[in-house]
Amino acid sequence: MPMTITEKILAEHAARKAVSPGDLIQVKVDMALANDITAPIAIKVFNEIGRETVFDRDAVALVADHFVPNKDIASAQQVKFVREFARLHNITHYYEGGDVGIEHVILPEKGLVLPGQVVIGADSHTCTYGALGAFSTGVGSTDLGVIMATGEIWLKVPPTIRVNIEGTPLPLVGGKDIILHLIGMIGVEGARYATLEFGGETVRRMPMYQRLTMANMAIEAGGKNGIFEPDDITRAFVDERSETGAIYRMSDADARYERVITIDAASLEPQVAFPHSPANVRNLSECGDVTLDQVFIGSCTNGSLEDLRDAASVLKGKRAARGLRLIIIPGSPRIYREAVREGIVETLLDANAVIGPPCCGPCLGGHMGILAAGERALATTNRNFVGRMGHPESEVYLSNPVVAAASAVLGKIGGPGEL
Amino acid sequence: MMFQGKIWKLGDDIDTDLIIPARFLNVSEASELARNCFADLRPEFASSVRPGDVIVAGGNFGCGSSREHAPLAIKASGVSLIIARSFARIFYRNAFNIGLPLLESPEASKELAEGDEVRVNLAAGSIDRIIDSQRFASSPVPDFMAEIIKAGGLVPYTIERIRKGEAV
Repeated sequence: MPMTITEKILAEHAARKAVSPGDLIQVKVDMALANDITAPIAIKVFNEIGRETVFDRDAVALVADHFVPNKDIASAQQVKFVREFARLHNITHYYEGGDVGIEHVILPEKGLVLPGQVVIGADSHTCTYGALGAFSTGVGSTDLGVIMATGEIWLKVPPTIRVNIEGTPLPLVGGKDIILHLIGMIGVEGARYATLEFGGETVRRMPMYQRLTMANMAIEAGGKNGIFEPDDITRAFVDERSETGAIYRMSDADARYERVITIDAASLEPQVAFPHSPANVRNLSECGDVTLDQVFIGSCTNGSLEDLRDAASVLKGKRAARGLRLIIIPGSPRIYREAVREGIVETLLDANAVIGPPCCGPCLGGHMGILAAGERALATTNRNFVGRMGHPESEVYLSNPVVAAASAVLGKIGGPGEL
Repeated sequence: MMFQGKIWKLGDDIDTDLIIPARFLNVSEASELARNCFADLRPEFASSVRPGDVIVAGGNFGCGSSREHAPLAIKASGVSLIIARSFARIFYRNAFNIGLPLLESPEASKELAEGDEVRVNLAAGSIDRIIDSQRFASSPVPDFMAEIIKAGGLVPYTIERIRKGEAV
């Protein structure tokens, strides 16, 4: 039976020859992930189930990345609870302090998630690892607690929407713009319960950091997972980080798709999502006069070294507009260190940026860079719901890092061409 | 299972940040979370919701983050079930996993109004408006999800699977 890459990976992990959309299956999990917000509840669930040990101490990653360095007593209590659990169960991949970066940045960086695996995380942006040709999806804490106890999860096999992206994008256009354009096209419910499988000639040339950005935002269209078939770019990325464990699967030529969408990347301008939905997307040239109080560059969507390089190339020799707060957060300690070595951090400091420690930062409005009533921010993040970055009467706009950097200098939404 | 309660009517794409804003996620006790449920969307909700009340919403209810704090906050506030045109998938899993039932009914989602009293038969999937006895149908809850609800959530369901030797 012809299958998509998602169906093949799920079938293998359910010990079945084949699966079809709609099948309910029990799936073995290769890596289970939780963070400082979701792990405490997952741990309580694990304790309630009553198993003495986690199913595999090397296959659980606990990453304290949301409200760290601990922002208040309650957050410190939560991380303490997770830390004590990690110690008790000898969890190999427990990260906080100087080891911590954003979960979805450090797991691929360390080679902890690989092509062909099933990765389940108690964080909605766990779908990021589809960039590597893995099946990965977000769940809640109870599911994660059950996985820590049993190593398994029940899943419904999703139907797949194939997205073919063709053409050579303009210089300022990248993965972020393509995924925002797609979400604008199909809506926040457009891929609900489904797989978004990305292909086409644009994708074959797309560097890994942009694939990670695209897979990361599959959830914003309601998708269960986003996935790229692995290729030479995938192999090069994986070979640098891991010696064994990768299984490279491709969709069959006659695999069945619920829908096929084609995007002409050559015709795209940089995209900006307006409040209060990632689907409320406009072309950069049609944004009008949107003045800004804050610009944030970072997050699991755009916190890579390449993203920082792109931002620095725009900010070199310039300064953030007077009265505008520019916050930049490298996605991991390794990215931070490399950004220092390459002189990126100095460029950013010269541009009057605040550099934050590797973490989720202001993205979810709980810590570092919260907006007041009536304030507007442009962010390279993934969500701009009401109150996402602070006061319910604040506004969040989403863009790629180049547009964010240029906008920080302009004091309003605009591109580097306007500098 | 039968439920009866007054309706809180909400719109489309009610995301998890609206259900429980991230600034309240530094705790994980359900009763604490309930105090801030819909804090920005319906500030009066937490103080005036009554046990048994029903949320009726539009499409894609619970979209956004995977935070289980969202269904936990709603359940701990006393809400007996949620009826919507459709649900976001992580929220759907989370709600059933913690024993909060959901029903999909485009018709009820459209017709029912804030303050209406309804009686719901979960097994039959029927929703009756008390004032005029109008009945709305809903998509049947998949057998597997019904089993989880019957067991009281995914945790008791899993404990039972382990006891029977079905889970490794």
